Amino acid sequence: MIILTILFNGVAYGFLLFIMAVGLSVTMGMMRFVNLAHVSLCMLGGYVMVTAMSKLGLSFLSTLPLTFVATALFSIALERLVLRFFYGTDDLTQVLLTIGLVFMSVSSVAYFWGPTFQPVNIPAWLSGQADFGGLLLERYRLFLVAIGIVLTVVILFGVERTRFGAMVRACVDNRRAASGSGLNTQLVFALTFAIGGGLAGLGGALSASLLGSDPNFPFRYLVYMLIVVSVGGMGTIVGTLISALALGIADVATKYYLPAAGGSIIYIVTVAVMLWRPQGLLGRKVGHA
Amino acid sequence: MLETTNKPTAFGFFRERARWSYWEIAFWLCWVVAFFIPGANLVLLGQVLVWGLFALALDLVLGYRGIPSLGHAAFFGIGAYAAGFLGKYGWTEPISALLVAGLLAGVAGLVTGRIVRGLHGVSLLMVTLGLNLLLFDFVYRSTELTGGADGLQGVTVAPLLGLFRFDMRGNTAYVYVLVVTFIVFLAVRALVNSAWGLSLMGARDNPRRMTMLGAPVAEDLTWAFGISAMVAGIAGALLTQTTQFVSPETLSFQRSADLLVILVIGGVAMLYGGFVGALVFIVLRDQLAALLPIYWYFWIGLLLVLIVAFFRKGILPSLRMLLVRLRQPREGSR
Repeated sequence: MIILTILFNGVAYGFLLFIMAVGLSVTMGMMRFVNLAHVSLCMLGGYVMVTAMSKLGLSFLSTLPLTFVATALFSIALERLVLRFFYGTDDLTQVLLTIGLVFMSVSSVAYFWGPTFQPVNIPAWLSGQADFGGLLLERYRLFLVAIGIVLTVVILFGVERTRFGAMVRACVDNRRAASGSGLNTQLVFALTFAIGGGLAGLGGALSASLLGSDPNFPFRYLVYMLIVVSVGGMGTIVGTLISALALGIADVATKYYLPAAGGSIIYIVTVAVMLWRPQGLLGRKVGHA
Repeated sequence: MLETTNKPTAFGFFRERARWSYWEIAFWLCWVVAFFIPGANLVLLGQVLVWGLFALALDLVLGYRGIPSLGHAAFFGIGAYAAGFLGKYGWTEPISALLVAGLLAGVAGLVTGRIVRGLHGVSLLMVTLGLNLLLFDFVYRSTELTGGADGLQGVTVAPLLGLFRFDMRGNTAYVYVLVVTFIVFLAVRALVNSAWGLSLMGARDNPRRMTMLGAPVAEDLTWAFGISAMVAGIAGALLTQTTQFVSPETLSFQRSADLLVILVIGGVAMLYGGFVGALVFIVLRDQLAALLPIYWYFWIGLLLVLIVAFFRKGILPSLRMLLVRLRQPREGSR
């Protein structure tokens, strides 16, 4: 029974990581742009939700789409005003630029909302536990799993079956060829970035009650997000899902069974995977060009 | 006409590369002069030197070999903890302890260099980061061994050369740090200007071509990592010996990130970039942290974004370009 509960909690956590990281994976695969500021978008999502609930008095469910739209708009502004000028630069420049943005976002959030944790009120129908034949599962985590599955299906369908998804795939595979056949790659980039940012904000909002929303959020989850993206393979949605679920389960399980080991098992596995397959589990080898 | 007199020789070439400019001499004299200025904050300046030395270590792999590392705090921490343990368990002589700490970190660096030498881009960043996190996690959780979050206390350091005690005002500490930093700097400078250093830079700019020329590119990278780690370890040991305390913060990811920021603010592949960056970063942090306790990171972030956006190369290279540009019209008019 305990094993099932741990597995369930891990899967819920994994879906949360997936929602937060999938946008980063796609934009990193497509534009080869290392955007550490993606975690700041997650944090922003959490704060947008908290503010919308307390100041505007909106219900929990209705704030979720609002958060998505707000962070999507914010990230499209960020992409157009700052990030797009750095697409051609090397990894290190991008890492430094976006870590600078993370520093700025952390202090700005502390300035506007204060440095303490923001309380989140979960509606009554989502709190407490549900009984499944003796297996007690938290309702909120069930809700997370459900949303995660729905979003995964929607994203996979969108990428594999729609016209826009085909454009995204073309840009990931070969940007120059896509541009050469008449695709407006800049537009595809901007839209993908907006959707990825919106998902990050949504993930941040969903995580606010579980992981807490405070100004140090980016520093705490930056590493996990990078692990999810690099282990899964940049630009692959299924790979990101697998590594997010694995990381979620591993994190919950080690905290329960081997609290003394801390994060070391996760780090060892990450290093091993990176040495074994530098491009990630499902990533394809790319030349350095 | 015979041109034997002007013909460049290998010996002349390396002598020309290694020649000291007035700027460099003036730079080091400033540190000496600072010691004699009454009321100078020697503790802060000593910290700047330690960070500068640490940044020099990263410069060796990042600036001269083009390999970014997100995990250099691991080597700094190994040096810091090695010096801490030696001081705590009876080996109080500072100079030999410094060497032991540096060698330990160097061996760790060689191993890391061997592991990462086939990697590029994101996987390289992730492996160096992962190894750093692994070590931090281990030190943070082994409370009995390392004191965990409280750090290692009770580190004793014997008087330097049996004569000079490490006093509260930090005079001895400053001189000690300055001398060690200068000696290590000389070694790194000689290394960078040597044939080996040239081969390293060649591999940075065009690894395929260097392989074709027969240079042992992979072995050189391993050694560069090892030497860089040794310098970082010495910097860490200096910090331990002058503060007589080690905290797990010495090998946190935050420190690795700060280090990159410092080096890039100053400028890579310049030898002095790390020192200038450390001066700007530490003094700015000191001032801002007193002024705005919570929000000072905003300004560090903004500085970083502006530098990356407008001075792609950092402070020192930008200054040099400015100097060259100012000098050119004068020479043209002659």
